Amino acid sequence: MTPGQNRTLLVSQIKDGTVIDHITAGEALNVLTILGIAGTTTESLSIATNVASRKEGRKDILKISGRELRKEEVDRIALIAPHATINIIRDYEVVEKKGVTVPPVIKGVVKCPNPGCISNAKEPIESAFEVLGKELRCCYCDWMITKNIASHII
Amino acid sequence: MRHIISIRDFERRDLDHLLHRAGEFAGGGFDRDLLAGKILSLLFFEPSTRTRMSFASAMARLGGTCISVDSMEASSIAKGETLADTVRVVSGYTDAIVLRHPKEGAARLASEFATVPVINAGDGAGQHPSQTLLDLYTIKQSMDLDGIEVGILGDLRYGRTAHSLAYALSLYDVNLHAIAPKGLEFPEGLVHELKGRGMEVRNHHDVRKVIRDLDVLYITRIQKERFPDLGSYYDVASSYRITPETLQGVKDRLILLHPLPRVDEIDPAVDSTPHARYFEQSRNGVPVRMALLSEVMG
Ligand SMILES: [Zn+2]
Repeated sequence: MTPGQNRTLLVSQIKDGTVIDHITAGEALNVLTILGIAGTTTESLSIATNVASRKEGRKDILKISGRELRKEEVDRIALIAPHATINIIRDYEVVEKKGVTVPPVIKGVVKCPNPGCISNAKEPIESAFEVLGKELRCCYCDWMITKNIASHII
Repeated sequence: MRHIISIRDFERRDLDHLLHRAGEFAGGGFDRDLLAGKILSLLFFEPSTRTRMSFASAMARLGGTCISVDSMEASSIAKGETLADTVRVVSGYTDAIVLRHPKEGAARLASEFATVPVINAGDGAGQHPSQTLLDLYTIKQSMDLDGIEVGILGDLRYGRTAHSLAYALSLYDVNLHAIAPKGLEFPEGLVHELKGRGMEVRNHHDVRKVIRDLDVLYITRIQKERFPDLGSYYDVASSYRITPETLQGVKDRLILLHPLPRVDEIDPAVDSTPHARYFEQSRNGVPVRMALLSEVMG
């Protein structure tokens, strides 16, 4: 069996929707959380984790049927899956392929770990973090998140 | 509309301008009706008598009026109300808001909802830009801010006054020496950022080894809570205490600063040396705050 066939067996093709490929191995579920696609979703999902990849060794893949993700939605995942590629599928064809770029500020995705931060109080605001390379800084209290970003996802 | 929230928001020319203005106010040659007819609200959700008094004094010297809301009243305002709402309402009464709040980032939030300028007078363990400005101002009274060796001593990991000062100094040609016990050094992210702003940070664990090279030593407290037991705290704290002996052989122009109140960080015997500037530093609070008030309302 060739590697190509192997991949199609793991994750079946979709007719319309979005395929997110080259997700950092083990991060697929966190990616879903960030995208706001939880267990209650109506979209049909296929998730493959720890797939062998020539480029990364191991990677995760997500296929979401019936939904084309917008660039702003997908950019939020760049934090935990910086090498992800987004393929928009229409009628089994890839009509658009793009990488992810980290936005300068991410809002409403990560909870500030600082219990004294105003963004954790009952105020009419979303959390906001400035993205500095692989680290995040809270726009309110300046707290730096330097590792395990995924564990702070709301 | 100009808010004063964090020292990070300032560029060098803003700081230079404010320091220059503070100098003019300290010199006494200024328009005493500059803020006549203006009303400032002092919105203090936690007590901080010194900061509040120095803002009130600064406003009075410029001919303006203050409405003061102390921590008890502020907490009743805040009962069941968000800070966002309080600030929206108070914006309708006054021309600017000075905010002191226990939550970090409160001033940033307030600036998003206020329709008048907000000045951060300390938010929790967070930013306190008027403190940093008066630190800079005090250094500038003695020397140029460029081409100097500055040591910052204490709990540099958590001490926001230290972070804020380091940021401000990175806008100048300053060699920074971070003097802290093991484990309480500047956070890596901050060092990295300072580096990106063109400032190298040298780490030291022993103040005696570096003090002779310094022009400025900024002393902050080492908190007991950072240590597993009192014994190890006292060992560390005593090795960082500044005494007349520590000062042997230092440069004549070395100045010692401390945001006050101090506990044991500086031996009172140091107060009478020509190096001690911490009381002068606290007096500088009024002209520096006059500069801030005239900046946002003048
Ligand atoms: Zn925060």
